[in-house]
Amino acid sequence: MSENGTHVLPLKIYLLIFAVLLVMTGVTVQVAYLDLGFMNTVAALGIACFKASLVVLYFMHLRYSSSLPKLFWMAGLLWLAILIAFAMSDYLTRQWIEQPQGWAENRTDPRGNVGARHAVPSAPLRSAAQWRASPVRW
Amino acid sequence: MSARPGTVAHQFDDARQQREAAELGMWTFLLTELMLFGGFFAGYTAYRHAFPEAFIEGSSHLDVFMGGVNTAVLIMSSLTMALAVREAQLGRRKGIIINLILTMIFGGIFLGIKAVEYSHKIHEHLVPGPNFLLDSPISNNVQLFFSFYFAMTGTHAFHMIIGIGLMIWLIFRARSGVFSGEYYAPVEIVGLYWHFVDIVWIFLYPLLYLLGRH
Repeated sequence: MSENGTHVLPLKIYLLIFAVLLVMTGVTVQVAYLDLGFMNTVAALGIACFKASLVVLYFMHLRYSSSLPKLFWMAGLLWLAILIAFAMSDYLTRQWIEQPQGWAENRTDPRGNVGARHAVPSAPLRSAAQWRASPVRW
Repeated sequence: MSARPGTVAHQFDDARQQREAAELGMWTFLLTELMLFGGFFAGYTAYRHAFPEAFIEGSSHLDVFMGGVNTAVLIMSSLTMALAVREAQLGRRKGIIINLILTMIFGGIFLGIKAVEYSHKIHEHLVPGPNFLLDSPISNNVQLFFSFYFAMTGTHAFHMIIGIGLMIWLIFRARSGVFSGEYYAPVEIVGLYWHFVDIVWIFLYPLLYLLGRH
């Protein structure tokens, strides 16, 4: 490290990280063609997180930064986790309890949302054919 | 900017503190970007959970090969961007310019492939809206998948266009020789921005292109 705080990484590190990123891209494609059930999503996200970490730590030099940028990045991840976790605590838990009687009819949805795992508030939506027949175009 | 390039503004102790302040500003901006894309990903998660079959069917209309090539191209561009920053740290003007031009070329290839993909989707009537046409019992839900596809990849591509614009500016600055081992914060923070855009794509590729491929 020079006196102005610059940490020049050796070329080898950049090329190595680049090679690992390319290999992991190949791996994520290969894994997607295996039937792992739910684990497909876990593997895809796991590999993506690994690749993102390499980019952040080495290409963005966070590993060699002072502690303030590190703290900022951790705060960002924390808020992202809060955003996702709180939203999903609603959407992912809606079918955990049985629907009260009478709600089931509402799930025959005029939009044709077949297979919706939660009721979606809906107004009648015109079909593609109706759209094309409509005189109003934009 | 209060100070001439290469000098230390009076509110900073030294060049290092000045550069770290600039970097911290960029990190702060990137965190707001994280929240922007985080909103997309939260919406994506909620609707993919609600309509899993439709997301798989929508994903099957995307081209894994083109998306994969684009991922590789974008990683290439991230490498050349990182090397541009390294050249800047070493105070090599020519190296900065060559690596920035390479980064712009790879970014351009990415956007070109993306444009080809978009035009295919337009011809196949897969753009959400009045002209969406898909022979499927769940076509309305597949339309929702494509809304996410176009919103997420479109926002991502828009960020890349801005990044390429910033690099054009950097090349002019580098040509006039303002960057040195002491002063290279603009190259570094555009680099941070470009790598962030790369990270977004690293998540978009498996989540949009690779669903239900087995």
